[in-house]
Amino acid sequence: MGNLLEHIGIEKDRLHFSWISSAEATKFVKVAKEVTESVKALGPNNRLVKKLG
Amino acid sequence: MDSLTDKIRTLCTGLLKDGKVDMIVGFKKGTIPMSSCPCVARTPEQAKELIWDSNCTLNLANYLTNRKEKIGVVAKGCDSRNIVNHIIENKVTRENLYIIGVPCDGMVDKRKIRALFNDDITLFSEENNKLFVETASEKKELDKQDFLKNNCTTCIHRNPVIYDELAADPVEEQKIENRFADVIKIENMSSDDKWNYFNDLIKDCIRCYACRNACPLCYCPTCFVDESNPQWVGKGQDINDVRTFHLLRAYHCAGRCTDCGACEEACPMDIHVRAFTRKLVKDSCEIFDWEPGLDPNKRPALDTFNPDDPDGFIK
Repeated sequence: MGNLLEHIGIEKDRLHFSWISSAEATKFVKVAKEVTESVKALGPNNRLVKKLG
Repeated sequence: MDSLTDKIRTLCTGLLKDGKVDMIVGFKKGTIPMSSCPCVARTPEQAKELIWDSNCTLNLANYLTNRKEKIGVVAKGCDSRNIVNHIIENKVTRENLYIIGVPCDGMVDKRKIRALFNDDITLFSEENNKLFVETASEKKELDKQDFLKNNCTTCIHRNPVIYDELAADPVEEQKIENRFADVIKIENMSSDDKWNYFNDLIKDCIRCYACRNACPLCYCPTCFVDESNPQWVGKGQDINDVRTFHLLRAYHCAGRCTDCGACEEACPMDIHVRAFTRKLVKDSCEIFDWEPGLDPNKRPALDTFNPDDPDGFIK
């Protein structure tokens, strides 16, 4: 899915996959930080966003 | 080609007469030149209408879904691979099928041929890899090789992979150096270029769903685009909805698509819908070393788990 989204022009850094156990709080924090940082770097997304009205 | 038509007719008439099958799924001549039409023959007389030529582009596996009768089916390479898919996915049983395999040397692209003429084509015939095309004002002799459908030029399974009887001797398989050159070209674009490329690609889409209807993989009783509760995707012409449809339809075909080209053939707006599925064909080939529809005894790539499966995308 990630590959196809990237293929049609969704930036690679917008979509992240991770597997975190409920006991892995530190990993969760680490991944959440990485995700927000890389998405912030890309700026707001306008792709595949439907504008109503 | 005429000999193939004769052979198919003889085989099918025999099967129906002997009561080996209840019906034959094949092609008959279309109502306009350079076209064919899928047909069902239930009597030996009807079997005399069957034909085979370079316009038999649609995928007949599409007409076997959930059928319980004994069916004789005329199948070229890609059809046979979709029949294997159907067997794997329990949409039809092997015992109920009598497969008449037709080694295929490619189907012609009507659009490429039509583009050569200013007026409508009135006559189309072929002989030994030559095509003879006539309109009211012109007459041309063309090399079939130059007018193959795109997916036929990259096809490496021209001979049926599963059959009970072959209608002709197997043809030589193509050796293609870079089967995915078209996909790689898109992969090398920037995100913006990719986005614009696909926007441009689907800008003419009228959401008629002909691509879905022609596809043997799309057999869900209710397609996600037709669901209203929940409504997964808007029904209008909003570009994001159109794109969501194409994206998800393609993804539903991941690891199943045989690149038969029926979707493109059916598209009334000449959209290169395979641009979406091609990427998935390439990925399943490269990531899972999987080509769908080759072996009815193997489970599909996305249906199995192996500890060695690549998982580089998970952080």
